[in-house]
Amino acid sequence: MSKARISWISGPVLRARPEGPFAVNEAVLIGEQRLLGEVIRLNEDEIIVQVYEDTTGLRPGTPVEGTGQPLAIELGPSLLGKIFDGLLRPLAGMEPIHVQPGMWRHAAETFAFTPDVRNGDELSGGACLGEILPTEGLRQRCLVPPHAKGKVISISPAGDYSEDAVLCTLEDGDTRHDVCMRHSWPVRTPRPVTKRLAADRPMLTGQRILDALFPIARGGKAALPGGFGTGKTVLQESLAKWCDADVIIYVGCGERGNEMAGVLHEFPQLQDPRSGRALMERTVIIANTSNMPVAAREASIYTGVTVAEYFRDQGMHVALMADSTSRWAEALREVSGRLGELPGEAGYPAYLSSRLADFYERAARVTTLGGDEGSLSIIGAVSPPSGDFSEPVTTHTKRYVRSFWGLDRGRAQARFYPAVHPLQSYTEDVDSMGDWWKAQGSPHWVDHRRRFLEILEEQERLERMARIVGKDSLPPRQQCVLMCGDLINQAYLRQSSFSPIDRFASPARQTAMMNLIARFVELALQMVEQGVPLGSITDLPILRRLQRMGEEISEQQLDEFQNLARQLETELGKLEGAEVHAS
Amino acid sequence: MQAELSLTGAATRIDGPLLFLRRKLDVGLNESVEVIGADGRARLGRISALDDDFMTVEVLESTQGLTLSETRVRFHGEPLHFSLGPDILGRVFDGVGRIIDGGPPIAAHQRLRIEGLTVNPAKRAMPRDFIETGISTIDIMNSLVRGQKLPVFSGGGLPHDRLAIQVAQQARLRSEGADNFAIVFVGIGIPHDTAESFRLAMEKSGALARTALFLNLASDSSVQRLLTPRFALTAAEYLAFELGQHVLVIMTDLTNYCEALREVSASHGEIPSRKGYPGYMYSDLATLYERAGTIQGKTGTLTQMPILTMPSDDISHPIPDLSGYITEGQIVLDRELTRRDVYPPVKVLPSLSRLMKDGTGKGFTNADHPDLANQLYAAYARSIQVRVLASVVGSDGLTEIDRLYLHFGDGFESEFTNQGNERRTLEQSMDIGWRLLSVLPDSELHRLSDAQIKANIDTVREAKHA
Repeated sequence: MSKARISWISGPVLRARPEGPFAVNEAVLIGEQRLLGEVIRLNEDEIIVQVYEDTTGLRPGTPVEGTGQPLAIELGPSLLGKIFDGLLRPLAGMEPIHVQPGMWRHAAETFAFTPDVRNGDELSGGACLGEILPTEGLRQRCLVPPHAKGKVISISPAGDYSEDAVLCTLEDGDTRHDVCMRHSWPVRTPRPVTKRLAADRPMLTGQRILDALFPIARGGKAALPGGFGTGKTVLQESLAKWCDADVIIYVGCGERGNEMAGVLHEFPQLQDPRSGRALMERTVIIANTSNMPVAAREASIYTGVTVAEYFRDQGMHVALMADSTSRWAEALREVSGRLGELPGEAGYPAYLSSRLADFYERAARVTTLGGDEGSLSIIGAVSPPSGDFSEPVTTHTKRYVRSFWGLDRGRAQARFYPAVHPLQSYTEDVDSMGDWWKAQGSPHWVDHRRRFLEILEEQERLERMARIVGKDSLPPRQQCVLMCGDLINQAYLRQSSFSPIDRFASPARQTAMMNLIARFVELALQMVEQGVPLGSITDLPILRRLQRMGEEISEQQLDEFQNLARQLETELGKLEGAEVHAS
Repeated sequence: MQAELSLTGAATRIDGPLLFLRRKLDVGLNESVEVIGADGRARLGRISALDDDFMTVEVLESTQGLTLSETRVRFHGEPLHFSLGPDILGRVFDGVGRIIDGGPPIAAHQRLRIEGLTVNPAKRAMPRDFIETGISTIDIMNSLVRGQKLPVFSGGGLPHDRLAIQVAQQARLRSEGADNFAIVFVGIGIPHDTAESFRLAMEKSGALARTALFLNLASDSSVQRLLTPRFALTAAEYLAFELGQHVLVIMTDLTNYCEALREVSASHGEIPSRKGYPGYMYSDLATLYERAGTIQGKTGTLTQMPILTMPSDDISHPIPDLSGYITEGQIVLDRELTRRDVYPPVKVLPSLSRLMKDGTGKGFTNADHPDLANQLYAAYARSIQVRVLASVVGSDGLTEIDRLYLHFGDGFESEFTNQGNERRTLEQSMDIGWRLLSVLPDSELHRLSDAQIKANIDTVREAKHA
């Protein structure tokens, strides 16, 4: 491999005099500690390297060693259920309490393997060799790396093997490929697929405000912008816990160490509502906390999305949560500044927009090389300075995502979570989702959704008006709309992540609640038009039951919703009767 | 430590805080140096860039009076370290860890790098021990737990120092006594009287022997301000993770730190981000704030209460904004409440404690505590909305329910927020909360269950009737 010697160093950027050829984006190892770096610029007599670790103690003359490969990570079955840093180095099991600089590998583990192919089979890249069954956790597949192919000339029998053991040899003309359970892939290169498919169904998040009003499609992309304290992280964690993906990649990019500790503490104790297994078994955490080196923060997003693609290629549905993409953009800005590049908007490099596009474009529903359906959905949190959505990262992100969940400070301050603002958020995937909800026994989903949004919009408008004329002066119908909007907010959209009953809502429960509220709204408006005083509606006991139903009726008691529906019809029916009587 | 090396007369240029030297010695990046001028005074510095022929030294104090020919530079051969021992408690240090109380030197047991090392997130423990501060708006609404970093966002002239002193004196775990705790007070660019009033208050309460003070006064070098919190946090980490103590670090005023950061960044000719602050301010602040926490297998904890004054009370200013993205919540002080003589003037709506969920509720404080806090928040937020409405249309234009909210909001500020120097237990604070909520009808108490209303609010209502 080529070597070089440092000629200049400042912060995480160094220049070195090469004694052999280097390539752009080639990974390099620096000094005795073998710190990891990446070549970011080449001159005839100089390479410029971005170092992913603390550069203290480096000096001119220190050797730099090329690896001959771009920055790559090793993908294998042992990733699930673990925590890694931004360069996919394992963090758990490390002895000292502090993160040590230098390169270390994720040690190979042993898994049970059952072959699915025989000698003589022709395999193409991405084909499945056999199944990998960990002692606990998800069944995985062993894949031929995307760029390898050929005829099987040897295949190992069923048994326990190390991740680095050669399981199969392929012969492709003159070349031979040895295939192990894990293989290496460059993080900045998207893994190939056969075909990208259109969105067909929602990725269920278990959060009513998202599933009902602003769904994200399987293979879709969503942005979650919000100022500090608006609940981005809590919502991201809720999504990671309850969304119906097979595998979750949680990238903590430039965020708090205590949050990572919280996820590590909580996930093993929680159960996946569908499989009944510990949530940690389907999760990979990539943690680059805010006090870890900045350059590695830039890489952590790519590391995360590459790991996600690896699981997608096994025919799984994968969701990637990136918290927060703003920190990643800031890392880009910092490195760009050190290179003396011409800054664009707010100091960000001019290529910010195209980098964001590259990242979000890696989300898709696809036919994998192996011929299965898989998907990768991306949910990126954005931390706009002073909560201002007109800053560059938010505006550029908006151009590439299809669901936009704007978090609102006012809602968060009233402890109304999730603080997604229904009038600032949008989704472009509603039309394709209606059919799916119809098949799930919610034929009116599209209508109810539109009705809810109309009421919420009218509520906002009327509240502005009430600020001028006073609430008392509004006609009864408008006061009723205010009450209905309040009900939709309090009873349906608000959902506590910390409530053991309400933190997750299945489609059936969501549908039941949505139907109840839609029915109440319909009847209440009808009554008021018929002249029933609003006060007699707000005094009905059913109103408090509706407001509390999220907390009171669990997934196991769905029958209770029918009782509520009967109570609703009876109580409002009586009012109507009374009115008819009086007139 | 390797043998000390020094160079004289190697300087080629002095530009602001930067000193350029010919590289006659083999030294590494970020290693510390002492720059000694003709006056014989040693100034701390750090090697910030190196190439084949030259090195750049960032001088962390004023470069006034330095000359090219007579400047001597002594190289330490390692980054800045701080020598620490158990007897740092009760002592006073300057901003770069030198004793200034006239006492004997510290018997050094350990030398630690002041930058600190990144704690492996997988080795952190969950902070969950509730700290009772005796202040209702913190205990009930924004609970503090051990290992948290909870800043106070204040403004010039607001009583943040009084609040910090009160918290330092009163903070205790409900289950344990008050031993095994220590306080590290860090003054960053503060006036002498603030430092003195803190020292006197701690002396009066008898806690001075358990306090280490680090003072970078307003008159001291501004570049040194970048080092002060690092020296202090290194001492705090030593107390917490080596000696097993529960350490509360009070840092005031982080705004001065950020100003110094801007000054140094500008002198390096770096491309500024918002309002002239450097683009890496987020990462830089994170290296301070992230040093709070609890670690698996260690008994001690490090809790931070940094204080920062928001320039023109603007919470969206980069300093509070970036801090808010790193810290685990914030306590916001309000000028209007101060004018109305409400103490402590905590504005609860923008205040937040992110770790509250882990340290409150059943098994930690009281099973009803989180729901009570939630309901108080919801009701108070509504009362503020109603207040805005009432200021336009007058209270006559309000509905009956809205008038109740108005009443609730006033009571909340005058009875719950306002407590003067009184120290309240969690139970006392909760009782006030229940009492205030009892003016609202059940249909408004969405966040409470029927059982909670019956057990806590109906009893208050009955007592009122009787």
